[in-house]
Amino acid sequence: MSDRSRAGVRRPPQRHLPLQVLLGFLVVYFLVPFWWVIVNSSKDAPGLFGGGNTLWFAGRIDYLGNLEQLFTYDNGIYGRWILNSTLYALAGGVGATVLAVMAGYGFAKYRFAARRFSFALVLGALMVPATALVIPTFMMFSEFGLTNTIWAVILPSLLNPFGVYLMHVYARDAVPDEILDAARADGAGEVRTFLQVALPLMRPAVVTVLLLSAVASWNNYFLPLAMLSDNRLFPVTVGLGLWQGIASANNAGSTSLWSLIIMGALVSVVPLVIAFFTLQRHWRGGLSVGGLR
Amino acid sequence: MIEKSAPSAQDRTYKIRGKVRFREHLMGWLFVGPFGIVFLALLIAPLAYALYLSLFQKRLIGGTSFVFLDNYVKAFTDPSFLSGSWFVIRFSLVSIPLQIIVALAMALILDAVTSLFARFSRLMIFLPYAIPTVIGAVMWGFLYSKSFGPLSDIFGLFGAAPPDFLSSNLIFYGLVNVVTWQWAGYYMIILYAALQGIDPALYEAARMDGAGKWQIALRIKIPLIAPALLLILIFSLIGTLQFFNEPQILRSLAAGTIGPDFTPNMYAYQQAFALANFNYGSAISFALGGIVFVGVYAFLFFTRKRRSFL
Repeated sequence: MSDRSRAGVRRPPQRHLPLQVLLGFLVVYFLVPFWWVIVNSSKDAPGLFGGGNTLWFAGRIDYLGNLEQLFTYDNGIYGRWILNSTLYALAGGVGATVLAVMAGYGFAKYRFAARRFSFALVLGALMVPATALVIPTFMMFSEFGLTNTIWAVILPSLLNPFGVYLMHVYARDAVPDEILDAARADGAGEVRTFLQVALPLMRPAVVTVLLLSAVASWNNYFLPLAMLSDNRLFPVTVGLGLWQGIASANNAGSTSLWSLIIMGALVSVVPLVIAFFTLQRHWRGGLSVGGLR
Repeated sequence: MIEKSAPSAQDRTYKIRGKVRFREHLMGWLFVGPFGIVFLALLIAPLAYALYLSLFQKRLIGGTSFVFLDNYVKAFTDPSFLSGSWFVIRFSLVSIPLQIIVALAMALILDAVTSLFARFSRLMIFLPYAIPTVIGAVMWGFLYSKSFGPLSDIFGLFGAAPPDFLSSNLIFYGLVNVVTWQWAGYYMIILYAALQGIDPALYEAARMDGAGKWQIALRIKIPLIAPALLLILIFSLIGTLQFFNEPQILRSLAAGTIGPDFTPNMYAYQQAFALANFNYGSAISFALGGIVFVGVYAFLFFTRKRRSFL
């Protein structure tokens, strides 16, 4: 669908110089914060506050020293936060994807009672702001003694109505009924038809939903901030927010904490950037599905 | 989004063989069921619970009592809630059009320019979306900072005083900048994907009729990606009205500027978790959720007449 050559007309490469210059400015704007973080995570506290050029390296470049400090500070709590984020993103991402793929396929391929009504409910849920759910979910979980546990973060991230919507649209278009009927006629059960015939056809959308839900869990801030009080359960977002609050509160006494935060921000971004770049072919195809209907 | 499916061969077959229908219902529910359980437990139940909680009030003396809509009356006459709501409305009116215009302009450029640099740019412009909003806010907090941000260096070159985006005068624009930086690339990718889905034969036909590049962009490309534009408009509306992460993070750097009631969401968080006033916090959450829902639904209702998106 994103392949122009398939549409028939093959266009020669277009190079508009003014537009490329404009693009160059935009790229600089979008990259400045990264550049600042990359440069300044090489500095120690004197380099950071010494008044040198803030967009260029100071005399001493000490990435390894800062990394070592980051991972040893406060008994290596930062490493724990990264592991927590990984756990929350994987459990939440995989769980949400399994549920969304099954539900999207079910909505697209079976005519069952209350189907239209249920699907309308899911679409309505797209409009419910996620943060409006945080306080009541916290209250519910506290009744069951689930707050301040990993489940308080993982369970709410299983809910992904947008994933169901994407999978529904994709399954409807990419999995022809005739193929399913043929598999059934050959004696395959419904589950086997789903796993062996439909699922491979839905793979691009599955990757998209998996990536988007894993990233949503990794990026989550409000929910774990509300749910968790034990800082050893924090994801990296809440942890860095905590450090940032401490460092701002006693500015003079915690100059070394600032260099940890900068290094910590850089490290926390690396897994997501890798995930997006390695999987970009898949998620972009999947997003076009949502944007075209 | 409500799909209109033509009766498939499957439908007809099942109408003839009524016996099979029970199996069809059962299988459908088996596939949808697991999500349904999560949906009931983590969406419907919390919403119902929030509604329930919001109708009560806990007092030091006399315990918890049913107060019906008192909390809502209180919210809609509470200067903190009203000023926060007014802020997010003003913020939406400025930041959403800006994000969409930037995203659309970038998508159109990237659709028109096909060079190696354009492909590289596409990825770089998208990069901020891969950054957690909290980390994005931390990064911009650094850049705005007087003690180690580059603004004083850059403005010093021209002999000018640096703007303080953490001051109460400029925090609005400081936040508009963070949000645009964070989201424009994501919206650009959605619009770009939609542009790539257009059949280029249409452009050929338009060119033969004498249409220029601008006319093709304005009269063909933009109308054809209207559904994608509507989608990102809704996304940004839902996201902006529940604004929380960025101001919450920048708060510690701009304590005098951003109060605990800066946005309705922050106010609800403060009421619930700092003041243990869960009933009022729930009422604010529910009122906010209700406003978003009604707002988006009304918006969709009015656009539905002209667009086939929903």
